[in-house]
Amino acid sequence: MRLLTHNMLSSNIKGVVNGFPLRIEVEKVVEKTVEMNGEFLKKMFEKVDWKALIDASRAMGYTELPEEADSSMLDSDEFLNRFHHALLEIHLEEGALVCPETGRRFPVNKGIPNMLLHEDEV
Amino acid sequence: MASRPEVIAPPEIFYDDSEARKYTSSSRIVQIQATLSERALELLALPEDDIPKLLLDIGCGSGLSGETLTENGHHWIGLDISASMLNVALEREVEGDLLLGDMGQGLGVRPGVIDGAISISAVQWLCNADKSSHNPRLRLKAFFTSLYKCLSNGARAVFQVYPENIDQRELILNAAMHAGFAGGIVVDFPHSSKRRKEFLVLTCGQRSVNSSVSKGKNEDGESCSEEDSEDEENQTVCISDRHRPRKKQKKNNKSGKGKEWILRKKEQMRRRGNAVPQDSKYTGRKRKDRF
Ligand SMILES: C[S@@+](CC[C@H](N)C(=O)[O-])C[C@H]1O[C@@H](n2cnc3c(N)ncnc32)[C@H](O)[C@@H]1O
Repeated sequence: MRLLTHNMLSSNIKGVVNGFPLRIEVEKVVEKTVEMNGEFLKKMFEKVDWKALIDASRAMGYTELPEEADSSMLDSDEFLNRFHHALLEIHLEEGALVCPETGRRFPVNKGIPNMLLHEDEV
Repeated sequence: MASRPEVIAPPEIFYDDSEARKYTSSSRIVQIQATLSERALELLALPEDDIPKLLLDIGCGSGLSGETLTENGHHWIGLDISASMLNVALEREVEGDLLLGDMGQGLGVRPGVIDGAISISAVQWLCNADKSSHNPRLRLKAFFTSLYKCLSNGARAVFQVYPENIDQRELILNAAMHAGFAGGIVVDFPHSSKRRKEFLVLTCGQRSVNSSVSKGKNEDGESCSEEDSEDEENQTVCISDRHRPRKKQKKNNKSGKGKEWILRKKEQMRRRGNAVPQDSKYTGRKRKDRF
């Protein structure tokens, strides 16, 4: 799972008011190179929750993202490269996503988060 | 898909390791799913700006539908309830991110972030109550409500579905409308029992579906046609009034109490919690399967 996806997910447990962002527990990270598309990154920048992305990328061991970001930075290739890397190239392979409100763990195996809820969570 | 898998077992049981492999290694299925996905993507009517979009593939299975999204340059997140299907997707090294989840529990996705959603041959599964705790109506509601929320304004969702009967089609459509979607059903090849395909085309918020896309296929668009010996009209009807499919169906089903009727009755009994014998390919058998 890429951080792009992590940034869009929130805990869906019944009664949870703020299920975003899911905290990341890391056991294994893998990196996969993908081609960069500046236009896509610009679009995504509007949607991404920056704070969640920094925290997630730090948890994954990547610390190159600036603390604050605004759209003017999208003109910088260096910034785009880092944003691209954080968003699309680091994958959580093994670990867990943790609901910020209830502490419920959603295990991640072979890169696939298990988001199935128990019956009393629906 | 001759005898409906939906009535054999719950999806996470039906699509076990061997079925997942069988499904994905059938070149016929691969071909059909690719064609359906292309068509769904076309009906999504994404802006033609060459910028990759972030899409959802609901009931993504082994990634056959998602691959079409990748080929068209998009990023996607796939959700499926069958771990076996997702494992095959991993083996095939699909580009999308995969989630193990149940659409009937609603999608845990932030509001307004998704550019579009497709779902190929999956949503009809929600019409079954596979556990005593399952209520199809509530599960459809949870699904469509959460989908509506996570789509960006004006985004579309396109579902290719195999409803088992008229009631199921109504059930699905009503749930979508209740969640706030506008839209209707597009039918490709309506006069062919084998090639007939239904797409539910839904819009979230502002942009209206009616005018632009929802024209069906009226040229020969499919290539899996060895099975089509009859000389059928390759037309499409487009139905934005959701009561029209009912009429159409009725006409085709003049014969009276066929398998559909029996299955519908059985489904009703099941919904009421009665013990009903499993449906099989022999149930009410008289004529060939329509779907
Ligand atoms: C016929 S397959 C289609 C897979 C893929 N979309 C394709 O085109 O090849 C239907 C898929 O829907 C999935 N499915 C059924 N019910 C589901 C549910 N409640 N939540 C998520 N996926 C579901 C099944 O596990 C199966 O993989």
